[in-house]
Amino acid sequence: MLAIAALVFLIVAAGVVFTVVRYRSRGKTVEPRQIFGSRKLEMLWTVTPLVVITGLFVVAVRAMVAIDAPQDSGRQPDLVIIAHQWWWEARYPNGVVVPWDIHIPASRRLLARIESADVIHDFWVPELARKMDAVPGRPSYIWLEADTPGTYAGTCSEFCGAQHAWMRYRVIAEPEASFEAWLKMEARGMFNDAPAADERLFIGKCGQCHDLALGKGPSLAHLASRETLGGGVMRNTPENLMLWLTDPQAAKPGNRMPNTPLTAEERRTLFGYLESLR
Amino acid sequence: MTSWLFAIDHKRVGILYMLSALLFFLAGGMEAMVMRAQLAAPNLRLVTPETYNQMFTMHGTTMIFLVAMPVLTGFGVYLVPLMIGANEAALPRLGALSFWLQLFGGVLLYFSFATGAAPDAGWFSYAPLSEKAFSPGAGLDYWALALLMIAGGSIGSAINLIVTIASGRAPGMTMRLVPLFVWMTLVTSIMIVFALPALAASLVVLLSDRWQYARFFDPSQGGAPLLWQHYFWIFGHPEVYIVVLPAFGMISEIIPVFSRKPIFGYPFVATSTVAIAFLSYGVWVHHMFAVALGRNFLAVFAAASMLIAVPTGTKIFSWIATMWGGAIRFTTAMLFAVAFLLEFTIGGLSGVAFATVPVDWQVTDTYFVVAHIHYVLFGGTVFALLAGVHYWFPKFSGRLLDEKLGRWSFWVIVIGFNTAVFVQHFLGLMGMTRRIYTYPDLPWFGTLNLISTIGAAILVFGILLFCVNIAMSLFFGAKAGDDPWNAWTLEWATPSPPLLQNFAQIPEVRSRRPLWDLKHPEAPDWMQV
Repeated sequence: MLAIAALVFLIVAAGVVFTVVRYRSRGKTVEPRQIFGSRKLEMLWTVTPLVVITGLFVVAVRAMVAIDAPQDSGRQPDLVIIAHQWWWEARYPNGVVVPWDIHIPASRRLLARIESADVIHDFWVPELARKMDAVPGRPSYIWLEADTPGTYAGTCSEFCGAQHAWMRYRVIAEPEASFEAWLKMEARGMFNDAPAADERLFIGKCGQCHDLALGKGPSLAHLASRETLGGGVMRNTPENLMLWLTDPQAAKPGNRMPNTPLTAEERRTLFGYLESLR
Repeated sequence: MTSWLFAIDHKRVGILYMLSALLFFLAGGMEAMVMRAQLAAPNLRLVTPETYNQMFTMHGTTMIFLVAMPVLTGFGVYLVPLMIGANEAALPRLGALSFWLQLFGGVLLYFSFATGAAPDAGWFSYAPLSEKAFSPGAGLDYWALALLMIAGGSIGSAINLIVTIASGRAPGMTMRLVPLFVWMTLVTSIMIVFALPALAASLVVLLSDRWQYARFFDPSQGGAPLLWQHYFWIFGHPEVYIVVLPAFGMISEIIPVFSRKPIFGYPFVATSTVAIAFLSYGVWVHHMFAVALGRNFLAVFAAASMLIAVPTGTKIFSWIATMWGGAIRFTTAMLFAVAFLLEFTIGGLSGVAFATVPVDWQVTDTYFVVAHIHYVLFGGTVFALLAGVHYWFPKFSGRLLDEKLGRWSFWVIVIGFNTAVFVQHFLGLMGMTRRIYTYPDLPWFGTLNLISTIGAAILVFGILLFCVNIAMSLFFGAKAGDDPWNAWTLEWATPSPPLLQNFAQIPEVRSRRPLWDLKHPEAPDWMQV
């Protein structure tokens, strides 16, 4: 593809450069021979590109068939990925829901369903899958496959409002066994049956949005073990986490989190609780 | 002053179009510079995300609707009657009304800044982001109402041009003999008449969603967000050719004159333009390849999109063949025309990459697209326009532009433009998505973006040189005379600038180059073809 493009450009550039150098007027005042065209040449440079693009089209269609997942297979997806303004969540068949970090088993081709909760977003992990728009009310499917275990960067690739820039997430591909172990552990849920005081405060102050059953905001499970906050907008440091608790609009301007009135005491308690979520 | 305000003469209206476009070009350029400054390094916070989103929305909307379309319309309105040997446009009052609609649309759009609610959903304003639920401010309303006025103006001037070309040609000038700029303006005008109503209709639908709870694009109420994309791009892709074809027409006039040869293969160049116009209505889904629309459906649009490269390519070859064997004079106009050939080819080739669906599935909505459109619209349209300004300015003003300053501005613009935009291909391939107000410090991102920003600053300097040249030459330029380039089309048979009545005597036309026939009675074109 690149080679063809480079070749065509070289042909055109060589033609232009040669012509303008060779046929400079150099002060001549006599008009050159007047040539009006040549059917043969014109046909040649119409048909040749036609042949090139026909070849390109065949290659393109073959690649499409190889890459694209069926949209109407009726098969249960291996995971559902939902885009929000401005965060991501992944839902697994056993009911596990996680934000931001999407875990998958390596070396297995997964059928992923892409959905949107609000406006149009786009799921893009360049190394693992084709780009796919997340259109509200219109789920679509992709093959998601990592050949080797590792961490792969993903981002939103359709303009979706104020914080389109910071919807950066990770897809973590693990060997089958450790993926299963992770999934089982996640299934236990985030909250304890008998919550301690700090957990009760969290549920009371933050639970309206950050409770997964409601799904208004991202879950904060494992917050302390994330590298970044807010989809990459800042590193996950104690100061930055405190900033989120104090003034979320300063941390990520335009995001959907309102400034919640908290006493200094409550803020410290919540900070300690969030830092304990590993 | 009032003679300009109430002008209906096609030449005055044409100049008004061009001046307003220049004004908005500077505004759109400033918006681009705000973006380039914000992107100069990772994690900058020079402007808020909201401001940045307003900048790229206004930059795109301005450059397409308030610069490219009006300036090309301006050239068309000014030149078409002169080139076809007519004394005036067919519908002069419609022509003037169209300009003022266009201008007030632009003023309305920019007034939104004063209210603090400039539109910020992109020049394409995808639903449902553009719906009230997600864009509650008045910005989108300004945007839609302004574009409605502009669409009306564009359609009006297109009708004026069509009627002028159909009814105003000098005796003997059949459609096979009209200059290629007129041909391409005709095709463009017909495209406008068919494409802009799609935009106008979708804007009305969007406004009724926003104000009357119509729910056309709201999925929670049975609406379909994708409907907007189909509506918008069925206008939006022909639009690309609407702002490129008249530029092709300019190149087709300028290259022959400065190569001292007729255009190579006139029928092919004219017919391929019609082919582009037809195909351009069948390619809009290539803006939506990343939506799951079904493989066969996409393949059809991929084929049409690739096919459009063929009639475009034949033009490039025709222009090179025109220069071949000529006696090329490197005026500033010709320099821009030759640079156009190379820059536009780069944009055309990256366009074929997007038509190749699997490539699009990776690089769409990245900086690769940003690079592509700028090579097409700046490397293509703007370079052709700069060639056109240097070529026709003597006719418009009676004075020549300064060649030395012209050459300086040419090289600064070429270096600035390519520095700013070429690296964006790499950024796109490395995964930098477009329309992001900042980016993390990933390898190379900061360096390449800084290079791009420096290039943009150089480009601004080049554009300023060009503006200085215009302003200086307007007052101090050498007198041009009627026909400074020894050209062949009828506009050069009039005084510079032409009088209110273009032609004292309507010339009779027997070939595509009436002035060649006049200057070479021993070997006129009509004896050869």
